[in-house]
Amino acid sequence: MDITINVTDGVPIYRQIVNQVKYLVASGLLRPGEELPAIRTLALQLKVTPNTIVKAYHELEISGVVHKRQGSGTFVSEGRLKLALRERRRVIEQRIDALLAEAHHLNFTAEDILRMVRERKAAMDAAEPADERARALEK
Amino acid sequence: MEQTIVDVNDLSRMFASKRALDGVSFRATAGQVYGLVGANGAGKTTLLKHLLGLLRAATGSVRVFGLDPVRDPVGVLSRVGYLSEERELPEWMRIDELMAYTQAFHPTWDTSYARELLNTFALDPSKKIKELSKGMRAQAGLLVAVAHRPELLILDEPSSGLDAVVRRDILDAIVRTVADDGRTVIFSSHLLDEVERMSDHVTLMHNGRITLSGALDEVRRGYQRSRVRFVEHFDQPPSLDTALAMEGGGRTWSVVHSGSLEQFNHSVLALGGEVVESRDATLEEIFLARAGRSRQQVEAA
Repeated sequence: MDITINVTDGVPIYRQIVNQVKYLVASGLLRPGEELPAIRTLALQLKVTPNTIVKAYHELEISGVVHKRQGSGTFVSEGRLKLALRERRRVIEQRIDALLAEAHHLNFTAEDILRMVRERKAAMDAAEPADERARALEK
Repeated sequence: MEQTIVDVNDLSRMFASKRALDGVSFRATAGQVYGLVGANGAGKTTLLKHLLGLLRAATGSVRVFGLDPVRDPVGVLSRVGYLSEERELPEWMRIDELMAYTQAFHPTWDTSYARELLNTFALDPSKKIKELSKGMRAQAGLLVAVAHRPELLILDEPSSGLDAVVRRDILDAIVRTVADDGRTVIFSSHLLDEVERMSDHVTLMHNGRITLSGALDEVRRGYQRSRVRFVEHFDQPPSLDTALAMEGGGRTWSVVHSGSLEQFNHSVLALGGEVVESRDATLEEIFLARAGRSRQQVEAA
């Protein structure tokens, strides 16, 4: 799993893992049903304490991105998060508020942000076919 | 239930007229990694030597697995793995002799794990310790520290002066100790990115005292680093509530501060400034701010 840890930007390591797994799932680079690396494997790969991986996987499980299967590993969940609409809105609105506050300080308008969101989405979508080409080549 | 592995209570220690440890209390529970940071002479090695029974507690108490390491060295040391910066190994021994010698002290010695490490490190068992390079010596020391699968692994500045390959071997050993067996690791290091990656808990020592200790995420959450812009020009760092260290000059300053962001915002506003950007501080920034080593330091309010 392609995850990079950066200890210079102040973001807790478990959160970096959570965010990057969510990104990999959202961009289709991790597919529903796919198994995440074992805790020990990912801890050795990233050179982080295994408890950080435990914490990250736990948080991903709570937010419905992955699930554990009895006696085996952690898998990417089918479909979207199974949260109520109000709860889903609340999560996203919190992020939007933080984003808008940050944008204001950095002199971006809400319009700028909307445009940038569309650009990022396009870039994310573009990553998916590339991945599918790689899969086709593997076969 | 959290099982207590190490329990140090109000430990003090004098070396000649210098107070090496001053009222230190420290607790470690099973399955966790504890990172110990602080400048040279802060007391990290002295604390670790007490855990190993190499120093007797003059004031206060030290318990490892519920035992006093000075009164019951065999009971404690047979369950502990230890690697120090000096890597004190018997110079005249060959690596295979060192392994046999260490195995004799440890009924839990895992022969296949020892062989696996020997292969991974590409060490020649017939070589004498005195013939080894610094990196190979550290690998040999690491091998005999972990091959008996200790319940507690103590590493004192293990990475000091080593290249990236051997440092990685050491980090792998820490991960495996915790992941494979749910065992406990206490390590000291001046490499703060290593501490930030490997620690579940972090303890900061300064002049023989513990100045900061807790779960890494909790410790980190208490500190922010903000960029601040003022209308007015400041030649000296302006006085801000909760600021621990400031760098910069003129109208733009970078501040490491504790407490709530709201409180900090308030004190910046009061000086006619604006917080441009805030994020959680890194361990290095917290460490430098707390150790008062930042170039332009501000007294905490």
